[in-house]
Amino acid sequence: MNDLARLAVAAALEAGADYADARVVDRTHEQITVKNGAVEGVACDTDAGIGVRVLVGGHWGFASTAKLEPDAIREAARLAVRVGRASGQVPTEAVSLSDVDPVTDRWASQFQTDPFEVPLEDKIDLLLDADRAIRQEPKVRVSQAVFRAYRDQKWFSSSEGSDIEQANLECGAQLSAQAVEGEETQERSFPSGLDGYYAARGYEVVTDEDWVAGGERIGREAAALLSAAPCPSGEQPLIIDGSHMALQVHESCGHPIELDRVFGSEASYAGTSFLTPDKLSGFRYGSDLVNLTADATVRGGCGTFGYDDEGVPAQRTPIVAGGMFAGYLTSRETAPRLGWKSNGSMRADGWNRMPIVRMTNINLEPGDWTLEEMIQDMGDGLYFETTKSWSIDDLRLNFQFANEIGWQVKGGSLGKVVKNPTYQGVTPEFWGRCDAIGNRDHWRMWGVLNCAKGQPIQLIHVGHGAPPTRFSKVRVGVMREGESE
Amino acid sequence: MLTRERAMELLDRTLSWCPADQVEVMIQAEASQLTRFAQSAIHQNVAEENTKVAVRAAIGKRIGCASTNRLDHEHLRATAEAAARTARLQRENPDFRSLPEPAPIDAVDAFSDATAECGPERRADIVRDLAARARAAGCTISGSLATSSYELAVGNSLGIRAYHPLTDCSIITVAAEGEASGYAESSGRDIDTLPCADTVERAIRKCLDSRSAEPIEPGEYEVVLEPLAVGDLVMGLSWLGLGALAVQEGRSFMCDRMGERVVSESVSIWDDGHDPRSLAMPFDFEGVPKQRVDLIESGVARAVVYDSYTAGRDGVASTGHALPAPNSHGPIAWHLLMAPGQATPEEMIAHTERGLLVTRFHYVNVIHPRETVITGMTRDGTWLIEGGRVVRPVKNLRFTQSIVEAFSGVLELGREAVAARPDDSPLCVPAAHLAKFAFTS
Repeated sequence: MNDLARLAVAAALEAGADYADARVVDRTHEQITVKNGAVEGVACDTDAGIGVRVLVGGHWGFASTAKLEPDAIREAARLAVRVGRASGQVPTEAVSLSDVDPVTDRWASQFQTDPFEVPLEDKIDLLLDADRAIRQEPKVRVSQAVFRAYRDQKWFSSSEGSDIEQANLECGAQLSAQAVEGEETQERSFPSGLDGYYAARGYEVVTDEDWVAGGERIGREAAALLSAAPCPSGEQPLIIDGSHMALQVHESCGHPIELDRVFGSEASYAGTSFLTPDKLSGFRYGSDLVNLTADATVRGGCGTFGYDDEGVPAQRTPIVAGGMFAGYLTSRETAPRLGWKSNGSMRADGWNRMPIVRMTNINLEPGDWTLEEMIQDMGDGLYFETTKSWSIDDLRLNFQFANEIGWQVKGGSLGKVVKNPTYQGVTPEFWGRCDAIGNRDHWRMWGVLNCAKGQPIQLIHVGHGAPPTRFSKVRVGVMREGESE
Repeated sequence: MLTRERAMELLDRTLSWCPADQVEVMIQAEASQLTRFAQSAIHQNVAEENTKVAVRAAIGKRIGCASTNRLDHEHLRATAEAAARTARLQRENPDFRSLPEPAPIDAVDAFSDATAECGPERRADIVRDLAARARAAGCTISGSLATSSYELAVGNSLGIRAYHPLTDCSIITVAAEGEASGYAESSGRDIDTLPCADTVERAIRKCLDSRSAEPIEPGEYEVVLEPLAVGDLVMGLSWLGLGALAVQEGRSFMCDRMGERVVSESVSIWDDGHDPRSLAMPFDFEGVPKQRVDLIESGVARAVVYDSYTAGRDGVASTGHALPAPNSHGPIAWHLLMAPGQATPEEMIAHTERGLLVTRFHYVNVIHPRETVITGMTRDGTWLIEGGRVVRPVKNLRFTQSIVEAFSGVLELGREAVAARPDDSPLCVPAAHLAKFAFTS
């Protein structure tokens, strides 16, 4: 496949490109869905093709084809150059790229058991057992267990002399329960409310988890929520579990530090960012306790790789240090505008997409607290678990999240369950009220599979290391505001 | 282009390679191009060609699926065999009855040669003109101009052979000046009639009218929602409760309410895959002809949409609303239309004593499915109305609102239903004047 990538680069240069790179991507995806005790679907998808990116007179062009044949690849390369020339019809400043050392290398994620080699029956049995555990609770109307595995192989070649081959394996699973009684419905998920628990490791990601115990728990909790009191409204101290902190980090830190977004490239779609470059000098993002890091090198993260899709090595970059804003996710095009070199954050969702700045693993570094200590020290307040829904404005400032379940905390102990928990905040004010962060024992890498950005839309897998975290004076119970109790 | 002949040849060959009791093959071929611009310069310009072949095999009540974009014999045969092998290995699904039987399909003309042939040079020329218009008005523009041709072919071992080509094009623009911004979009099947200049002029006007926006206290406001904002609410209803599976699983607002008034009498919503104002598709991803389905008629819950699986459960016929298999969401009403009313935009504003005029929403998500409670932000043009006049722009607000409750307080509907594309769904909806809408921050 490296030969095909090199062929594309050569064809693009011959057609007039000043710079060219090409990626051949071969992706396999397996998904098994069990619902209400039956196997609803088993699907396997293979998808392969090549994308050619060029600079012509300082303007970008990109074309792609699924036909991995020399003639089709040459044609795609020529089309990319034609598209690049057309881009130059609109007057604009020429693109210049930060330097990168050419490299010839291979990289692969590490795993113990290849999930694609595990017999299908074994994977189905595991899901059926977990699904059965959920339905032990009679009020559960819908139970579901989903397994997914991804294998990506990528060959990158550039006109600057890089030849890189990478292989990445990811898998994970999720359980969900929906309980119904009268007009009330409630949902619970395990271990996470987004896509489930995913990591760039082997089938051990799945076998390390107790899915039957998880299934029993969410069935029980979904039923309990049906008759629970609504989440109270007002300002309260709030502890958020690690799985949802992953999304809190994703939305309020991960997206606003994408430097292409900061410079306006997402203005018509996902929006821009409140973290403008002037804030690199002394902007307080959060309390002294808050340390956030972009780390594409951490083992097992869904945002881990050897090289990004511009051939820049994976890096670890401080984003927030001691509460102060410190850095961005950058590319070879955007970094020079701040006088920097790329920190390797360009990725594309497959062969048919042009790379854009994406999150890697954006991690909230662990603190010193156990969850029990946070609850005891809190006195009265609330504890929320598991993402239910999310929304944030186009500057990444004003957010509102809903969680699946909450508990009242009274006198330093967990009390009654509350339903429909929601909270709302403004990013720097909210992080400024962070007063306790869980320790390394509570810290876990969470995979997010549906990070959306760009047009055409690109869904990419990213990671977030996060522990349970506590905030003071959070506005909670927004859904109930204005209602009389 | 794949063409009908080549699509049928691929269908027949792949069907013949799959050793199962029933087999379905779906082909999606796409050639798409997109020119993306920000701050009046092109920063992304892409072209793509891809064809996907998906096989669903049924052995008794055991189903297996496999798909590929490799169209050579070796890969297609391997994919067909993988679907059958997967079906053999897995457990029975007691709710599966059969793949659908063939039924007559009325062809719909939804293809434009001009769109299919639009090259990067023409797209760049259009963007250059839009950028010049923005510059003349003291603004910059960001957005995208996209063209695509798409072919859907579905066949199964029971005799279905369906093929439909269509084209689509769209222009979306955000005009910006300082902190002010304005948004407009247009879409259709023919690039020759896509009103790019008018669209950017609307965005520019909204941007200029949004300068010097001031915050406003959150709370409950009367609102005039422009069609894009109404589209988000209508599509939200669809995802939350207009499909049969949502009712069967007890999570739809339509549960136990068929025949009852669920929203204001002036609200009628239906799905029609043949309507030329929508992105017309005469059949679904199972090859079943799309029926017009009146979902809400004069405020009364009338029906939901079905695929063959949910139809079998309820003992009714599929309405032709299947998504590609396998999917857990069930059927979806995607070609939604909402009946217009009588009011002009000016009249809706004139009839508002104190309220907000909203261009569009941003990042809308569900808080409570059964109660249809959603949250999101206003974006790119929100104004305060007082005494029947637009008096000033306001900063963006967050709303937290039940869609059903919002549509239970419809005061007026705009007299023109226009195309809106929330989440790329091809809707056709009017503006709406609503009695109350809850803004929470």
